Amino acid sequence: MSLRELKVCLLGDTGVGKSSIVWRFVEDSFDPNINPTIGASFMTKTVQYQNELHKFLIWDTAGQERFRALAPMYYRGSAAAIIVYDITKEESFQTLKNWVKELRQHGPPNIVVAIAGNKCDLSDAREVSEKDAKDYADSIHAIFVETSAKNAININEVFIQISQRIPVIDADGGSAVKGFKLRRQPSESTRERTCC
Amino acid sequence: MAADVHNKGVSWEIKNGNLAPSDRLRQDRSDSPTPGLVEGTEPGAGQEGAMFVHAQSFEDLTADSESNTDNKSAEVGDSNPENAQKAALEGGEEEVQEESLEAEQEEVGKEEVQSSNKAKEEDVTSETWRSHRKHVFVLSEAGKPIYTRYGTEEALSSIMGVMMLLMSFVEDKKNTIRSIHADGYRVVFLRKSPLILVGVFRTSCSDRELTRELHYVYYQIVSLLTLTQLNHVFQNRQSYDLRRLLAGSEHLTDSLLRLLDRDPGLLLSAVMCLPLASSARDVVSSSLQAAKAKNLVFSILLAGNRLVTLVRKKDQFLHHMDLHLLFNLVVSSSSFREGEGWTPICLPKFNPAGFFHAHISYLEPASDLCLILVSTDREDFFNLSDCKKRFLERLRRRSAYQSLQEALNMPSYPVSQVGIPELRHFVYKSKSSGLYTSPDLPAPYQEEEEHERLMGLYQHLHSCLHNPTRPLRYIYRCAETENLYALVTSGFELYLCFSPLGTKGLAVSAVNKLLKWIRKEEDRLFILSPLTY
Repeated sequence: MSLRELKVCLLGDTGVGKSSIVWRFVEDSFDPNINPTIGASFMTKTVQYQNELHKFLIWDTAGQERFRALAPMYYRGSAAAIIVYDITKEESFQTLKNWVKELRQHGPPNIVVAIAGNKCDLSDAREVSEKDAKDYADSIHAIFVETSAKNAININEVFIQISQRIPVIDADGGSAVKGFKLRRQPSESTRERTCC
Repeated sequence: MAADVHNKGVSWEIKNGNLAPSDRLRQDRSDSPTPGLVEGTEPGAGQEGAMFVHAQSFEDLTADSESNTDNKSAEVGDSNPENAQKAALEGGEEEVQEESLEAEQEEVGKEEVQSSNKAKEEDVTSETWRSHRKHVFVLSEAGKPIYTRYGTEEALSSIMGVMMLLMSFVEDKKNTIRSIHADGYRVVFLRKSPLILVGVFRTSCSDRELTRELHYVYYQIVSLLTLTQLNHVFQNRQSYDLRRLLAGSEHLTDSLLRLLDRDPGLLLSAVMCLPLASSARDVVSSSLQAAKAKNLVFSILLAGNRLVTLVRKKDQFLHHMDLHLLFNLVVSSSSFREGEGWTPICLPKFNPAGFFHAHISYLEPASDLCLILVSTDREDFFNLSDCKKRFLERLRRRSAYQSLQEALNMPSYPVSQVGIPELRHFVYKSKSSGLYTSPDLPAPYQEEEEHERLMGLYQHLHSCLHNPTRPLRYIYRCAETENLYALVTSGFELYLCFSPLGTKGLAVSAVNKLLKWIRKEEDRLFILSPLTY
């Protein structure tokens, strides 16, 4: 089975739940009192996708203004970017649009963009309608899901959909994506599209 | 009584063979009954020089605030006449200041009442807000609120405006406002352009101690942004709202202020080591030394707020204050608990103009051991991540990891190990190494309130010893709940806390016994041979 390393970065306003999404995906845990990320945090997780292993190299960036200038370091060479907004904060959706613009201008040409509307468990306080967000995502050909890191809703979905969108490895293969051939790993489950 | 004490002393047992100093050490180090009178020979002094920038005490810290050019004398060392002269000079300055202040005192009193009324109007929980012991405010030179320890900045914009007004009112007359003393409060001002820091304290501490705390807050902010960036944003727009850039880091300043109330290291400008058998520490240090990379400047292994080891690039020294800021960053952020952190950080005492890049990670998710690798290259993440892996492998191969974990799980050491009756607690700082040691807090001081009270007492003694006009060599203080004794020599600073039943004679005789004990334990309590790459 071949192993592909996929660099993924998370972008978005501060406090929208980027780290919580990563923690839920990697550790399957949730901490409501998490501190803001400082700088960036790096984690990996390997999942099986069809007959490949996808090792996600996840850069969870800090959303605060003072780290803004560092973002290119993280999205440069990324196979995918997950841009997160908070469905209860209209402002964070505006920030998301700026991130999309920045990626279009300065990001890698083939980057897969996923939009995650986090905190969907708080739909009582919703400020961004699902339809608006979905329409916007469609207009830029991005993946769209509403997620809840707290209740573990759609977190794995985001990464599965990224796996689906990553160009198949062969011929030009995409500049950002490196592939290695590994021997079949017997301990891995053989179910397709397994996550966590 | 003294004989009694001595007998007890004889029965000190070294259970761990590693604790005995090696022969080499024995020969090199003075065995005189009064060790430590000369700097560099005191217990805990490093063998091959210090790993920190030589820092006498907080003189070094406040020196640059005077913005005079002769602060080198304070940096270089404590050649006493120079320092005394300087201190006298500063003292003189301060007196002049105070005179000019008195004239304004009346007016100030009025202003203060007015301003606190405003805060009351705006803050619902004003009574509790006002009763806090330590308030710290940071504002821009345009009077814009940047940080408040309690409440929200928006609600306090007028009170900060008043602070700004006070400051510029005095400055108009070519003078500087330093502090206002009124009704048990001290309002301390510190201008560090482009920021203004104001502390409102309900304490008996000297203004210098309080200014020192404001300095820490200032450097905390610089460490997030660099001074260059700070100056830049305000040059472009005087009315810039700095909170935009500091968003998400307020908890760092909050945590630093709590640390200032609890950690004697910030008071003494020194760092505490994790007590560890020197053989084990040597393995850890050399493993860290071997895991080097081209742009690596400092490798620091922390256990909570205690230092396990520090390896630095040759000729590069870390300032204890920068290390405290790193401590604070790590202990106050749960975000480093998972994964590997990678963040720009400015070490303001090293260089306020630029960022280092720090790789911060715990050795294990559940462990308290945190490794900080500081590099000059922002693209160095994977190199440093690799350094960490190599360090861990080496540790495991030499089976040092286990002993490290064990040392970590044990409490530091009880004061009873020293064998001095009536001694409850002490803090000993070796000046030349910039390291200090202190036993676990005993029963009456374990509660938060009592802990802070004891630190407050030490702080008071510290300000007496380092009084700019009349520095003391030692001070003995009797109180209802404890007796305190503090002394300073050119080699060390020592603060002792005795039960109220102790006597002065006992306290004086305890010093030598304690010094001997520390000498005997020094290679466990201190880092005697710091390594470089």
